[in-house]
Amino acid sequence: MKRPVWLVASHYTMLIALAFLCAAPILVIFTTSLRLQVDIFAEPLNLLFVPSFENYRAVLQEDRLDRYLLNSLFVGLISTGVTLVLGCMAAYGLARFRFPGRQAVAYTTLLLRTVPLAVLAIPVFLIWNEWRLVNSLWGLILLYVAVNLPFTIWLLYGFVLQVPIELEEAAAIDGCGPVRVFTKVLLPLMAPGLAAASIFTFRIAWNEFILALVLTDRHTRTLPVAASLFITDMGVDWGRVMAMASLIAIPPLIFTFVAARQIITGLTAGAVKG
Amino acid sequence: MRTSRWIALLYVGPAVLVMAAACMYPVFSAFQLAGYDWSMGTPWSSARWVGWANVVSAFGNPRVWSSLWTTLLFASACVSIEMVLGIALALALERPVRGMFFFRTLFILPMMIAPIAVGLVWRYLFDAQFGLINALLGLVNFPAQIWLADPTLAFVAIVIADVWQWTPFVFIMVIAALANVDGSVIEACRIDGANWWQMIFRVKLPMIMHVIAITLMMRLVDAFRVLEVIYVLTFGGPGDSTEILALHIYKTAFIGQQLGVAAAISVLLLVVVALLSWGALHLSNPMQDDTR
Repeated sequence: MKRPVWLVASHYTMLIALAFLCAAPILVIFTTSLRLQVDIFAEPLNLLFVPSFENYRAVLQEDRLDRYLLNSLFVGLISTGVTLVLGCMAAYGLARFRFPGRQAVAYTTLLLRTVPLAVLAIPVFLIWNEWRLVNSLWGLILLYVAVNLPFTIWLLYGFVLQVPIELEEAAAIDGCGPVRVFTKVLLPLMAPGLAAASIFTFRIAWNEFILALVLTDRHTRTLPVAASLFITDMGVDWGRVMAMASLIAIPPLIFTFVAARQIITGLTAGAVKG
Repeated sequence: MRTSRWIALLYVGPAVLVMAAACMYPVFSAFQLAGYDWSMGTPWSSARWVGWANVVSAFGNPRVWSSLWTTLLFASACVSIEMVLGIALALALERPVRGMFFFRTLFILPMMIAPIAVGLVWRYLFDAQFGLINALLGLVNFPAQIWLADPTLAFVAIVIADVWQWTPFVFIMVIAALANVDGSVIEACRIDGANWWQMIFRVKLPMIMHVIAITLMMRLVDAFRVLEVIYVLTFGGPGDSTEILALHIYKTAFIGQQLGVAAAISVLLLVVVALLSWGALHLSNPMQDDTR
């Protein structure tokens, strides 16, 4: 059944309008970051301006953002890697083995996923002080791994179940040890799940703010914490703030454009069988 | 081989250990901390056991109740707008068209970027002097508003920011659910003469009710966890008009330096979220499937 042209046209008009609404604030981040302060103050709606990278130079050199950028990258990459390895193993264990306490582990994992980070902030501040993990990037990494594991396990569990167990048994009969079955048979088949899990973990570790604010100092700050300190009562240098916001936004945006399919899989996993 | 408990332990053990140490232990400590009077900067050994005093003082504080009320209002406003808007848009645009993948990519952008960046850009957009929203209102001769300095408008502003960020999530979930509906059912109803209205309310929506319920629970739980966007956008102000519970906890602990009282309030938030999560698990527990 072919739809009339006006219906198709209105369908696209709505899609374009919605896409514009979603993208506009993000475009504002980037355009504002390329404008000079005088320019922003003069005429907010003026779209004709000479782009300048002055704000980026200023935040990276004068505000020592380069250091925080490296901190953020370090924390993001390491915690993603560790979460993925541990989460993958746990998902496999939960999906393929029956052992006492399995239900309890599964339920607790799911409940942990919903704990508000503001609730964690206070006890973690106390405990990390005792464990001498405050103001250390490793302390932040440990926390991000723990916070991200529930979702990662949850997501990967579904992907393990989709791999036919017969494949593993066949490989075992052909002489593969348990480790090789895991790495050579299972992991390649779970690649889409691993991609989704790593994007979601990196997103949290890279974007997280409140725990990083509580647990870091002048040297170990991450980008979101540094950006939040730019908002003062004395007025805001919007050009610089937006330059910072765009530095924070760029990696997740790249992921989105490269791996939108995996992200949508991750979002809908568990609710929609597909 | 598969029944060996020890091998299972090797696989599951490390993850459980990390979660227990860095997530469960802190959550239990929050309960313990709620019974102590401890101020920041002093050694833990100087903390004093005060029993229920923190809980009593937290529940006796009208600001706790007003921020609980703000949280409930914020969560219900955001989630209901997002659900209605997301479902309506998904029903209107469910038909697969060329280029849909590109549009879906753009739709997930708002939830991928950092809440801090979201807060910053909306703060700029809502800025009374230089903000684009006032500038756009000016184009249609609407008077400029001092968005973030007026209690009602500031609340509207935080709801708008959340709706912008999360309506696409509802949209994507519902679109995916609709795509999974068996086409032959729809065809059968069409042949039976169902009109547009019946098709949506009697056939399509009931068939995806399960996904809608899960989406609703996920959004509710997350709405109670929101903190960063509001931290940057209003920091709870003006007054305490946008001070949600999570922000109140942060302020009590790290600005008021009353960690014990803050822990008592966070137990309250934890209970609210735990009840919601329990409901969500009740609707769908992907790991309870025990058929294998």
